[in-house]
Amino acid sequence: MDAAVTWAHAARSHAIPGYNEAIIRRFTVATVIWALFGFSAGVIVAAQLAYPQLNLGEYFTFGRLRPVHTSGVVFAFGGNALIATSLYVVQRTCQIGLWGGPRLANFLFWGYQAFLVIALSGYVMGITQSREYAEPEWYADLWLAVVWLTYLAIFVGTLVRRREPHIYVANWFFLAFIITVTVLHVVNNLAMPVSFVGAKSYSAFSGVQDAMVQWWYGHNIVGFFLTAGFIGIMYYFVPKQAERPIYSYRLSIVHFWALIFLYIWAGPHHLHYTSLPDWTQTLGMAFSIMLWMPSWGGMINGIMTLSGAWGKLRTDPILRFLVVAVAFYGMATFEGPLMALKSVNSLSHYTDWTVGHVHSGALGWVAFICFGALYYMVPRLWRRPLWSHRLVEWHFWIASIAIVLYITAMWVAGIAQGLMWRAYDAFGFLQYSFADSVAMLHPYYVIRLIGGVLYLTGGVLMAVNFAMTLRQPVPSRAPQAAPAPAPAS
Amino acid sequence: MAAPERDPLTGYSTTGHEWDGIKELTTPIPHWWVTVFLGSCLVALLYMWLFPSFATTTGVFKGTLGWTSEGQLAEEMAAGRAAQAEWRRQLADTPLDEVERQPDLRRFAIAGGRAAFNENCAPCHGVGAGGQIGQFPALVDDDWLWGGSLAAIQQTVRFGIRSGHEETRDSMMPAFGEMLSAGEIDSIADYVLTLSDPSAAASRARLPGAELYAANCSACHGAAGEGGRDFGAPRLDDAIWLYGGSKQAIRQQIATPRMGMMPAFAGKLDDDTLRMLALYVHSLGGGER
Repeated sequence: MDAAVTWAHAARSHAIPGYNEAIIRRFTVATVIWALFGFSAGVIVAAQLAYPQLNLGEYFTFGRLRPVHTSGVVFAFGGNALIATSLYVVQRTCQIGLWGGPRLANFLFWGYQAFLVIALSGYVMGITQSREYAEPEWYADLWLAVVWLTYLAIFVGTLVRRREPHIYVANWFFLAFIITVTVLHVVNNLAMPVSFVGAKSYSAFSGVQDAMVQWWYGHNIVGFFLTAGFIGIMYYFVPKQAERPIYSYRLSIVHFWALIFLYIWAGPHHLHYTSLPDWTQTLGMAFSIMLWMPSWGGMINGIMTLSGAWGKLRTDPILRFLVVAVAFYGMATFEGPLMALKSVNSLSHYTDWTVGHVHSGALGWVAFICFGALYYMVPRLWRRPLWSHRLVEWHFWIASIAIVLYITAMWVAGIAQGLMWRAYDAFGFLQYSFADSVAMLHPYYVIRLIGGVLYLTGGVLMAVNFAMTLRQPVPSRAPQAAPAPAPAS
Repeated sequence: MAAPERDPLTGYSTTGHEWDGIKELTTPIPHWWVTVFLGSCLVALLYMWLFPSFATTTGVFKGTLGWTSEGQLAEEMAAGRAAQAEWRRQLADTPLDEVERQPDLRRFAIAGGRAAFNENCAPCHGVGAGGQIGQFPALVDDDWLWGGSLAAIQQTVRFGIRSGHEETRDSMMPAFGEMLSAGEIDSIADYVLTLSDPSAAASRARLPGAELYAANCSACHGAAGEGGRDFGAPRLDDAIWLYGGSKQAIRQQIATPRMGMMPAFAGKLDDDTLRMLALYVHSLGGGER
């Protein structure tokens, strides 16, 4: 056994020579940097909504910076976290290093960062396809397709050469996420460039078909990128941190296939009461209703894995991040089908309720499960104990308060907007002007901004904790070195 | 691969699979989960049976309720119109100045005018019609460019100002920067500033700008700056300045004038709404008989 790998926890996860850990360390650092970047962009656009005079010049405006925030958190922070964790998990649960060797893995890393820089800088310069979550233009899309297929090849190559008889459930979800995102990305971005030396392109689809393809994509970016992938994270890091077996193998099979089959159909609920044919809207709504329990299957398996170990939540802030994430996942996936109902959607659509819903999933589920996984991985990847558990506690509580401020402000703002837009006076005339409903939002936008600043503060605490962890010397000897189990073969 | 073993905390056995130390229990799927899942599938199927929900190559299944979103919209619009039909009939039959004397009908018209104003006019004139300094006139005072009677307001709302409509209100102030010297424009600006200053009443006639004003400006703006509503020429004697009341702003307005544009609403809004708008704007504070 390597002398450096003597710290007790690190020793417990089978460190087999041949794992590519350098690439995971890179993706982990990128995840933390992009997290701070994406959260900061969010704080800026929230401030611009509360105080419109902060829209400055041509480049520093809400319209240009909003996609910088969304891509910055979804694809830069979330994407790097997914790649980091999936490559960490697939090696350990397959007991083998990454297929393709370090050079292919390095290409994946630098290729993905290059895509992010090309896409995000383009938004600021006004280069966009105007498709939500698919803003990058054709050349960036082509590049991402190459990078993403590399990711698929590395992941599948590693799975194929695994030294375990079965494929672990986390890897089912990671694989479903990688494959589906490939299909979504390619189809939604089918476009004809105006010229091969210019940025502009036109979509292959038009009219309502274009809208449908876009929201089939948009909904499944939530479903497969932000859900399936992160469930993969949950299935490894929750049982590891809780040191408990997965609650139910059968439930994991059933909810996996139910989720994969049903999610892909629910996109039309983003286009209720539009020119999309009525039958398509009903179909999207019906599939959204059926999606409720498959989503909750993941929540049950995550939370109930703690059966018999609930007490750990009191003392372990990392486990608390992971479990509260799963609870927010349950809440958001209950709210989602509810908002997909046409009668509810007629109130919630186009309001800040939608924004609040997305953020209960994004801040509460996606980012919290990432924080938990990062706090788990960093000490093991750098072979030294976490600098401060107290700081993790602070991060947890500050971030939790931030979420509560954010989503309650957006619930109130969104429902008030929806009600004002449909309010009639005694004669049947509209009671409020649109401008009235905008003026009403100001205090809630300020509360949201405070929530965002707190959330960013939590992220900074995490980055400081990691920086201090890395500055510590590698402990030469662990206090009570557990004997490492022999690598399975 | 490990042998299945019993988990002491839950009593269930493991599957015998193990990955990096992670095992799985054989806990059965909770009954309530299965029940709610099948229940939600039934609810979804019920929705699909009641509403239009799928298409084949030959057509669309229309659902057993016969519901369409276009039908729902038409129904709600019809119900809204029916509820207002009596009021609207009365309004159409009553001349506007007569409406002023019927409190109930007037209340209906003002409510409708307010809703239409919020939707169509507030983006420029502001909710409450306070206007925007340097951009769009306030409609709550008695300073009217084109007249503040019901008829005059209705005319403006219908056909707009410099709107391109064939009946639009139209006028143009010449750009005096091309005709007068900078010094002359300066003198006129000094003179114009005195028109709203009562203490200068006796002395202003001696200013060098007085003669220039009389020759170039008084035809439209009036000898004493009382304005000319036939041309939409603003009053200059009331200290209300749409484009700014500093000497610099006045000089600029003389040299390179800004002139507002308002779209015509005839054809965009129905006749009832146009009349209600006129009544509403007239009621805001500056309405003239």
